[in-house]
Amino acid sequence: MGKITGISGPAVSVDLKGLRLFERVFVGHAMLAGEVVRIEEDRTVIQVYEDTRGLAVGEPVERTGSPFAVRLGPGLLSKIFDGLQRPLQRLREETGPFIRHGKELHALDTSHQWRFRPLKKQGDEVRPGDIIGYVEEEHHKHYIFCLRDTVEKLSWISDKELTLEQPVAKLEDGNEIFGYHDWPVRVPRPYKKKYSPSKPLITGQRCVDFLFTIAKGGTAIMPGGFGTGKTILEQSIAKFADVDIVVYVGCGERGNEMAELIEEFEELKDPWTNRKLMERTILVVNTSNMPVAAREASIYTAVSMAEYYRDMGYNVLLLADSISRWAEALREISSSLEEMPGEEGYPTYMASRLSAFLERSGVVETVSGRTGSLSMVLSVSPPGGDLTEPVTQSCLRTTGAFLMLDTSLAHRRHFPAINWFQSYSLYGKETMEYYKKEVSRDWEEVQLKCREILNKEEALKEVAEIVGIEGLQDMDRLLMHVAEKIRLEFLSQNAYTDDAFSPPDRTLSDVKKILEYYERATEELKNGVSLDQILSDKKS
Amino acid sequence: MRLSEHRYNSITSIAGPLLFLHGVVDARIGEVVVVEAPDGKRIDGEVLEINGDTVLIEVFGETQGLDIERTSVVLTDSVKRAALSKEIVGRVFNGSFKPIDGLPMFFPDKWSPVTGSPLNPSARAKPEEFIETGTSVIDGLNSLVKGQKLPIFSCPGLPSKEMVASVLKNASLVGSDHSGKKREFVIVFAALGLTFNEYNFYMSLIEGIKTEYVAFVNLADEPVMERLLAPRFALSVAEYLAFDQKMDVLVIITDMTNYCDALREVSTARRELPGRRGYPGYMYSDLASLYERAGRIRGMEGSVTMLPVVTMPEDDITHPIPDLSGYITEGQIVLSRELHQNGISPPVDVLPSLSRLMQRGIGKEHTRDDHREISNLLYKNYAKGRDLRKLEAIVGREGMPEKDRLMLDFADTFEKEFVNQGTERRSIFETLDIGLNLLSKFSLK
Repeated sequence: MGKITGISGPAVSVDLKGLRLFERVFVGHAMLAGEVVRIEEDRTVIQVYEDTRGLAVGEPVERTGSPFAVRLGPGLLSKIFDGLQRPLQRLREETGPFIRHGKELHALDTSHQWRFRPLKKQGDEVRPGDIIGYVEEEHHKHYIFCLRDTVEKLSWISDKELTLEQPVAKLEDGNEIFGYHDWPVRVPRPYKKKYSPSKPLITGQRCVDFLFTIAKGGTAIMPGGFGTGKTILEQSIAKFADVDIVVYVGCGERGNEMAELIEEFEELKDPWTNRKLMERTILVVNTSNMPVAAREASIYTAVSMAEYYRDMGYNVLLLADSISRWAEALREISSSLEEMPGEEGYPTYMASRLSAFLERSGVVETVSGRTGSLSMVLSVSPPGGDLTEPVTQSCLRTTGAFLMLDTSLAHRRHFPAINWFQSYSLYGKETMEYYKKEVSRDWEEVQLKCREILNKEEALKEVAEIVGIEGLQDMDRLLMHVAEKIRLEFLSQNAYTDDAFSPPDRTLSDVKKILEYYERATEELKNGVSLDQILSDKKS
Repeated sequence: MRLSEHRYNSITSIAGPLLFLHGVVDARIGEVVVVEAPDGKRIDGEVLEINGDTVLIEVFGETQGLDIERTSVVLTDSVKRAALSKEIVGRVFNGSFKPIDGLPMFFPDKWSPVTGSPLNPSARAKPEEFIETGTSVIDGLNSLVKGQKLPIFSCPGLPSKEMVASVLKNASLVGSDHSGKKREFVIVFAALGLTFNEYNFYMSLIEGIKTEYVAFVNLADEPVMERLLAPRFALSVAEYLAFDQKMDVLVIITDMTNYCDALREVSTARRELPGRRGYPGYMYSDLASLYERAGRIRGMEGSVTMLPVVTMPEDDITHPIPDLSGYITEGQIVLSRELHQNGISPPVDVLPSLSRLMQRGIGKEHTRDDHREISNLLYKNYAKGRDLRKLEAIVGREGMPEKDRLMLDFADTFEKEFVNQGTERRSIFETLDIGLNLLSKFSLK
């Protein structure tokens, strides 16, 4: 036990000796959670995850001996946690609608009975990381791992209903295996081998799937000023992506939006399995008014849970809205620690932390020999919509897809407001093979045509601004008309109607219809039909 | 817990609103202190930072006249709290929660920390109850719902006051209760850094509309620290009235730009690292701690709806104040200088305006089943017309096809007939009918 000697915002100095960097500690009578961030000769600085208001000098500090960790085990799916993995639904039952600080609750429900089904039997050898059995969690097989460092033999294994407090198996060396374990959030979970992403992550968003494919195991960012529809796009992808598990982090964003999301996910169905969306989802929510240090931790809490399900061989998607709020939390903490600021006041290690975080994605062969993937889609909120700012630029160095959300498109209510000139995907080549094989051979060809029309339209627009649209040649006016059709009928998609989800085959046939119309109209124009007639014909 | 209050005469330095106090035992962060000046004047303050037995104190009032030798500081062992009671309705307070309406302070039923506690996101109810404001551009195109925070982005010289006034006069929250039961409705008004004239305008308005109200007033010549406290008191009161007293509360905060400037001023005095345009790096979190207190709770009656006013410096929507506000609030109503000069009242620019919660608050059960369609069509066609205006400026009206000229006319008529409504109150049905007529007049339906 030590004592508090100084307090400045979330940074608390204590006189406790022997603490280790990033060790978790409890601060004050209220037992606020904190993490060691700096050790000096005569004091140790702790970053407290909660509001420090009311904390007094002289109050006790207690060490735990271990770093900040998440609890991993059955009972994570369909739950809502805050950045410190406190179960918000249960917290609400216990303390009411407002969050009082210092309340420690077990992240997993320890009273729930799980039916354990063994995959190994007594006397079997288990290697580190081996799967020994599973329980059914929301229609998913939730595998239980053996996390010993050495090869051991099983002396007993359960095949009954049990709670998380009862062991599922015993080893010959006398140790017991439980259904859950703790994992330090800042340490990536190990895997055997990493592969380059090659399969597309189907999002059901035409513009993304068709023009800027995200890969399973890949990363994408979507920067955009306020009102460009970042959150709606993130949520749409969370609803419709063809993955097994979705971890959604509401990082420093709006509470009402999260309320909407929660209610919606409880009602809506996953289009791929027809089960409730919530059954495949874990929500990590640290809204903008919740403590900043917990906001900083929230993305690590989330990614550790995502990696855990990846290790079971699932395709996992992590969505974070928004990573800029994480970076700002880092900046706030850094400034309260009086560190030297870098660009725009962000600490200089922001970029390397961000890349290290993004590199936790990927397609991997897990320790137990399965194949799993972790994809990330992050939204970025650049101040003033200016993409030259440090967070966007740091992300760009490591992400594979860049979906730029455009304010002027949003003002025209063109949603998703993805700018088709500035955005890009580095996964286009690899994922093309999949689309050609699984959907249609001509996917690439159609895509090229579509891009060509959009590019030509842009060039023609400039001309039209000088000579007026009437001054353009008929062929060009037709092209502009077709480009408009592509924009309005294909690239934009209403997230509030049935159109919100478009599977790849429908996506392709939709754009093909427009291109076929273009061919027909070009033919007619050549045969002497007047442009006005062609345009008015197709209106009816 | 200390048994008695502690008095210290050990001030080591004074700079602006900041005092350093030496030899303090067991100070608390955020603890309320009372500074006693040599002339007997008592000023409130707060513990900002503690380093061993040295304490940094921030004073909320005027520090003129303080000295090192004779000024003493009393530590009270409690954090800043708001006194709450139903008696508060109808009262006017200053930024330190002292009554300025000539009546004595009421007896509180409850004390609550001014900073409030964050609402558990899983306890929030999704906002979906439509509020009729009587203004077509809001009701028709950017609908407000209970529990929403929807700021008005104005520019210096634009009639944001009148806009707020018309919402206050015409808004009907009571009528929108499904169960038919009438709920109590109250306005909580926080005036931050207003001139006396502005303040007078609002107060006579509020008194004139015969709705219950509570006001917190910090005028332009009053201490900036109180400007930071006033909205927190106002919101503590709003939460109490909404969730303890089951009322529907509409919080008007004006002007957030003055609030942010006060935040910058105080941050600079604390020698904190300045961020964009000198505003502190934590301004986003600080603004969120105010805006996010709007909302509704599942299974509880009452709501806090917020209508803050933000004056955009240099008419620039990318300035940190409107920018950060826009990232936190659920949309924005943007006023335009150009429309104002063309005599359109209210001069709301529809294109950058947005209500994020509109989709759930409109349609069959809430307004009318064609609401969404009318709103989308009006918006799309007006956007088209506005785009064409740029072209018109280059090639001239004559050089444009008939179809485009029609769109130009539509945009003009839309501004004149739909956006422009003066002081008239329009029901949502009237608003939708005007929209419908416009669309059929130009055969756009």
